[in-house]
Amino acid sequence: MKALQVEHSLARFAAARIASGWKAGAGGRVGPLRLVDADPPALPGPGWQRLSPRLSGICGSDLATVDGRSSRWFEPLVSFPFVPGHEVVADTADGRRAVVEPVLGCEARGIDPPCASCAAGRRRQCTNLTGGHLAPGLQTGYCRDTGGGWSHSFVAHESQLHFVPEGMPDEAAVLVEPAACAVHAALSAPACGAGPGDEPVAVVIGAGTLGLCVVAALARWREDVTRVIAVAKYPHQRELATKLGATSVASPSEVRRAVRRATGSWMLDNGQLSGGAPLVIDCAGTADSLAAALAVALPGGYLVLTGMPGQTNTDLTPLWQREVHLVGSYTYGPEPAVGGRHSFDLAFELAEAARLERLVSATYPLERSAEAVEHAASAGRRGAVKVAFDMRGEPRRLSYLQAPGLPGGGSGEVLGESPERLPASGEAG
Amino acid sequence: MPRPGFVLEVDRSTPPALIWHGEGFRLERLPAERSRIVYAPEPLAPLPDPDAAIRAALLNPLGDRPPLPELLRPGMRLTIAFDDLSLPLPPMRRPDNRQRVIEAVLDLAADAGVDDVVLIAALGLHRRMTEAELRHALGDRVYDAFAPSGKLLQHDAEDPKGLVMLGKTDLGEDVEVNRRVAESDLLVYVNINLVAMDGGHKSTSTGLMSYKSVRHHHNVRTLQHSRSLMDRPHSELHSSAWRIGRLLNQHVKVFQIETTLNNDAFGSQLAFLQKREWEWGLRDRASFMAASRGVELLSPRARRSLFQSVLAPHQMTSVHAGEVEVVHEATIANLHRQQVVDVEGQSDVVIFGLPHVGPYNVGSIMNPLLVMCLGLGYFFNMYIGKPLVRPGGVVILSHPTPWAFHPVHHPSYIDFFEEVLASTTDPAEIEKTYEERFATDDWYRHLYRTSYAYHGVHPFYMWYWGAHALEHASSTVIVGGNRRAVRRMGFRPASTLADALEMAEDQVGRDPTITYFRCPPLMLARVE
Repeated sequence: MKALQVEHSLARFAAARIASGWKAGAGGRVGPLRLVDADPPALPGPGWQRLSPRLSGICGSDLATVDGRSSRWFEPLVSFPFVPGHEVVADTADGRRAVVEPVLGCEARGIDPPCASCAAGRRRQCTNLTGGHLAPGLQTGYCRDTGGGWSHSFVAHESQLHFVPEGMPDEAAVLVEPAACAVHAALSAPACGAGPGDEPVAVVIGAGTLGLCVVAALARWREDVTRVIAVAKYPHQRELATKLGATSVASPSEVRRAVRRATGSWMLDNGQLSGGAPLVIDCAGTADSLAAALAVALPGGYLVLTGMPGQTNTDLTPLWQREVHLVGSYTYGPEPAVGGRHSFDLAFELAEAARLERLVSATYPLERSAEAVEHAASAGRRGAVKVAFDMRGEPRRLSYLQAPGLPGGGSGEVLGESPERLPASGEAG
Repeated sequence: MPRPGFVLEVDRSTPPALIWHGEGFRLERLPAERSRIVYAPEPLAPLPDPDAAIRAALLNPLGDRPPLPELLRPGMRLTIAFDDLSLPLPPMRRPDNRQRVIEAVLDLAADAGVDDVVLIAALGLHRRMTEAELRHALGDRVYDAFAPSGKLLQHDAEDPKGLVMLGKTDLGEDVEVNRRVAESDLLVYVNINLVAMDGGHKSTSTGLMSYKSVRHHHNVRTLQHSRSLMDRPHSELHSSAWRIGRLLNQHVKVFQIETTLNNDAFGSQLAFLQKREWEWGLRDRASFMAASRGVELLSPRARRSLFQSVLAPHQMTSVHAGEVEVVHEATIANLHRQQVVDVEGQSDVVIFGLPHVGPYNVGSIMNPLLVMCLGLGYFFNMYIGKPLVRPGGVVILSHPTPWAFHPVHHPSYIDFFEEVLASTTDPAEIEKTYEERFATDDWYRHLYRTSYAYHGVHPFYMWYWGAHALEHASSTVIVGGNRRAVRRMGFRPASTLADALEMAEDQVGRDPTITYFRCPPLMLARVE
């Protein structure tokens, strides 16, 4: 089968890091990502199924990997070579469509009894991400034993599968995973407006896929939030944010003034606010976005960090002086704020209600991975939101879906880019 | 004998016309046989002895007011209010009219033994004046006599303790005025009537009242029904201001002193700006070249500082004192004597070259909203009868229109531009959706009261000022402006005047008739 694989090559990671410093996404050409003809992964044990991807999105964390910019924190939590792709809608062997909840917790790893977090349903906080019968890997798409969505075949544990309702387009389904992250982020902080004089204002920094889904989630499930200020750079992001429920949209340079207006704060001489928003959700995870978030957070307010950060150099004085609660928000799980419903269930609802399929701007075949990665890395500037790989046009190797054992086939050799340029459906820019 | 204004029909021999472009100028050749240029009258001769004229006016008032000395007595509370820094434009060389008049009034008050005298800058919702600005307007002697003892005040339209509600007009307009004014035995109001919009009851009903009162005449409805702002009998804004002023006069005795200036706005180094192009001599050409090239070499900031430092040599042409309405009629007659130019009919396109300064950016930045206000609010309204451009015609403005704001003077302007105009440019929608929030914002209120910021609602008035033009013209094109800023306001940017005229043809058809209103110097078109 064909797959895009990330190799453990320090030279290629270094080359990607250098190239991406010049142009975001350039790591797709010179970095560790290679198109290979590989053996499909074996089923690791009972309860595992083989899946055939239809669409698989390119996420910010994937881009960081391809561009050699991921935090070294992940080093012990991945196993090489791995096939990326954790935002995926795929066909199961019995022909059902499913999206994958990619976290590889105790159940998927065959660890019994599970750790306390997994036992409580908080798979995201699993303490056994390197244990059990799987190689290390915090998620599908980072584990050499499971494969990932950027391929024609991978495996997933039945506990990871969420079946797609009939009628939901693949383009909406592929956004369920990021939408579930967004739902979890939107529900990660307590109710706003609890304090005297607090204005129930939420600020969402970043208007890529995650930011836009957070806006939609806030509008749908946070009744305590009456104003959502989305921070967006590009016109199409502004338009989508408004359609998805933002009360107002500000550019990054306008956000302080927008929050001041919405909260009735004062602005001090250096531009700092006397008050701020009780809930700020950083969906970008950069030093600038974190600084912007801290600048507009209400004293005692909540700053939810859901965009994957790396090493940042940020003045944390306001966090300290204003006693802002910094909350990490990673993946999904049961949401106590919505009666314990799972983030994925809520995400399906959101994908349908908010018509999230409109966020998929372009799809590429695996053979055009370098272009796809570059497109995804400059999505905002190019008027796009989500860029995904589309495997639907490829002939399915049904034999892979049949036997529980391993079929022969791929040699693992690296293939060059196909000389035949396949048309990308709905390609933008 | 100064020559009156006139209208030049452009033919092939007409030299290029000078067009103001912020802190700079353009020379543009207008299409022959279908363009005309409206030139201002030459400056009237000033009063030979303004101080004597002031004294004569105080002793021989108009209307039912007795001579000022008869109104002054020991133990009385006398308040002297005066126009703020928005007048005149550009600021005049010392001594300012206000200094001359106030010194004369104070002399009479001292002679009468009046001790309780307070001066109030009638700011309305404008920004507070700095010490330097007050010294310039009043002179050092007056400033030093009053400021140290706290008797030189600046009207605070947001001071709950400093305002008094006098009642409502017949049409329900609130009349909430400065407490010191309300509790005075006599209010002397000292005005500089630069344009026909100024003066009369508008002085007090704008400069000394609260937002609660001002909003009755500064709104979209009155501005759309003021045709024009410079023609009081046809201005709904003035009708409201007059009702409010008359009610004030029932409670407070007002002695109005109004002055006019000639339109000599530029000194000898910039004399070419006052002259018609075909009359430019060698020196004028050299001055123009030097000024244009010199300006190009400067940074925007240095350019602004240079232009803002220019003081005008204009001088007093009349002074009248007494009862408000009679005084104002005499003032307007004098102002018309200086400014009116008869123009026959309307054209398809009108061109306004906007200078570096307007009423609200003295010592400050001409931000995009002020460009809009100066072009569509002031210049467009410089008419009696009909606008210079026909209904559905096109207005062309020339100004760099930088996306730049003075953060101290115009904080709410920034928010208006970022938030309000990003969602709509419709004045009525803006008024309905946003005005109250801005007007009652605590931070703006604080900055207005304690810093040097215009009131939170002020950018709305800038937009309303242009409401009549927005309704009348089919589109507005700005030549040489920041494209993003121009588009944010719903206007169309053009790189050159030729491009702008071509764009105008999309709206009004081929070979449109064009009027270029060559202002400043200030003038008022009487369009038949």
